[in-house]
Amino acid sequence: MEQLFWAAFTMVAGVFGCVLYFWASNFLLDAAWPPRGPRAGANITRANAIRPWLFLFPALAVLVIYLVYPVFNSMWLSLHDSTGRRFVGAANWGWLVEDAKFRESMRNNLLWLVVVPAAATLFGLAAAALTDRLRWGNLAKSLIFMPMAISFIGAAVIWKFIYDYRAEGQEQIGLLNAIVVASGGAPAAWITVPFWNNFFLMAILVWIQTGFAMVILSAALRGIPEETIEAAILDGAGPWQVFWKIKVPQIWGTIAVVWTTVTILVLKVFDIVLAMTNGQWGSQVLANLMFDWMFRGFDYGRASSVAMVIMLLVTPIMVWNIRNARAEMR
Amino acid sequence: MDNIAGTRARLTWAVNLAVLALVLLWTLPTAGLLISSFRDRDQIAASGWWTALAPSERAEQFRAAPPSAAVEASGAWVIEGNLLAGRGGEIRAFGINVNRPAEFPPGATATHPQGQRITVAADGAYSIVHDAQPTGTTGQRIFALTLTPPRFTFENYRTVLFSEGIGQSFLNTMTVTIPATVIPILVAAFAAYALAWMEFPGRALIIAAIVGLLVVPLQMALIPLLQLHNSIGIGKAYLGIWLAHTGFGLPLAIYLLRNYMAGLPREIIESARVDGATDFQIFLRIILPLSFPALASFAIFQFLWVWNDLLVATVFLGNNEEQLVMTGRLRELLGSKGGEWEILAASAFVSIAVPLVVFFTMQKYLVRGLLAGSVKGG
Repeated sequence: MEQLFWAAFTMVAGVFGCVLYFWASNFLLDAAWPPRGPRAGANITRANAIRPWLFLFPALAVLVIYLVYPVFNSMWLSLHDSTGRRFVGAANWGWLVEDAKFRESMRNNLLWLVVVPAAATLFGLAAAALTDRLRWGNLAKSLIFMPMAISFIGAAVIWKFIYDYRAEGQEQIGLLNAIVVASGGAPAAWITVPFWNNFFLMAILVWIQTGFAMVILSAALRGIPEETIEAAILDGAGPWQVFWKIKVPQIWGTIAVVWTTVTILVLKVFDIVLAMTNGQWGSQVLANLMFDWMFRGFDYGRASSVAMVIMLLVTPIMVWNIRNARAEMR
Repeated sequence: MDNIAGTRARLTWAVNLAVLALVLLWTLPTAGLLISSFRDRDQIAASGWWTALAPSERAEQFRAAPPSAAVEASGAWVIEGNLLAGRGGEIRAFGINVNRPAEFPPGATATHPQGQRITVAADGAYSIVHDAQPTGTTGQRIFALTLTPPRFTFENYRTVLFSEGIGQSFLNTMTVTIPATVIPILVAAFAAYALAWMEFPGRALIIAAIVGLLVVPLQMALIPLLQLHNSIGIGKAYLGIWLAHTGFGLPLAIYLLRNYMAGLPREIIESARVDGATDFQIFLRIILPLSFPALASFAIFQFLWVWNDLLVATVFLGNNEEQLVMTGRLRELLGSKGGEWEILAASAFVSIAVPLVVFFTMQKYLVRGLLAGSVKGG
């Protein structure tokens, strides 16, 4: 309780501190160049040139310290040894290329990159298109959207229970194995089956992300002009044709946005793999490999180079986003 | 459009069924764990959660009261008791030989090779009748097929909240989440106002940089910031994680709020300027109240993200009793109590209850924020 009190106190202090900063800095600015008197015009111009930077300063300071500086520092660290003191050139990068676990992570990450965004977008599109036609569509949407609020680690517990395995002949308490046994198959410890276990882990992220895709795509589908659909129906198009040939082509832009957003998330996926397999049985991914080298290997050089690989994979999307944002502002 | 084409009944059925299948697929995993969190350890181990509502039939082994409990009555020695004492249910069949555990129907009398006669009633009451005073120390073994009615318990929640440390972790998570949600909003709101409504050189560049920072992977920041925190003396403490979450949440906050504020009508702001209001006043009196929907959207995002985060908490907080957050505790339990589903299920639900409540009550703002964040800007 005392701890919560301190948290609340810090919050209030922080909020007051912020307000005080903004208020005081504005006050000082107006005191230094008062917007009245003989030189009012010049003073206002000068104060207005400075004021934006007063508003921006705290945000920019935090952004630079917490996001910009680390990118460059990571670059620097990736060229140094495990303690970060001795320059080793490209040695960490050479090690990466040779390392079997890194190759496994790259292969798995590529699999994740293909399967998860595709499946989440497809399921999301299906859910959006189908629920729009139903009276209980909003309830259905809420329920499909719900996993979004569940933490990755909570989702891992939920799905580990689904994949639970008991030896053959015992009563299966995991849903998947119960279904397999009921339909005459042999139970298996799914998350320990190399290669295929990747797909069982991906299912969890698809389960979480489908709701996101559904919400965005559903809004896009509703934004399609009615006339195009009416025209198609009058020309004799069936529901299937209307969907694939009229609706989907009109929301390509939104599909691309959903796809890239899920892609970025996939590149950073960590909690699920850590909790389900911790990279054993051939299921390692980059983010967990980085965590491994940081917390169990204590090799900051290698960990930083793995982080740099993730950064490099994200960069094309970053450039694409910036170009889109700039085009939109014009 | 349906009214033009006319909806075919069969198609409507197919759509209903397809959506029902999707909804089941998306809710069953959670429902399974939720139901399991109310079952006790034996029930979870003995049968799948989908049988929880049906009475469960199980083959069990009991031991009757020891021979010393025998009471002499009309020339015979009788041991009496109840196999199902204190738990309820029903005996479907019983037996006294391990190879034929369900040989007799309830109420029948089984005769032991040594002469005693054993009767078990459907309600579990048994009597063992000996002709002479029985000797020995162990009671008679009785096998039975029992039918146990559905039973639910809050015991698991009591256990995890008070003896597995989830209660403390709940407080820790609150301690992390509240300031880490409120502080970035304030900082971002001022910056967003400057980027939306003030003219200055370099504005477009800063906006572009913020869009770029939106996708910077967290992994980049972990090692440099951990070293930074250690060198300036913050170390692993709440202050550090509040700052870290503020930093990681700011790009989205500024981006969302700027988009929203830039869409506010120009006339309101211009007329306030003409009336002599300063930027500070315009911001506090006009922009901030009008931006409430966007502020709420971001607050929900940040709240869910911070509450559910494991990575940042693992790196920037210690894992002692006063600092271990719920996601971290859950991960630890997954490792140490991998098979104890009653503990895991209840812990998981304590940790996801708050986000779920926030989700269902504030869904409107969450959806609005999602749409503003990804459709508008890309």
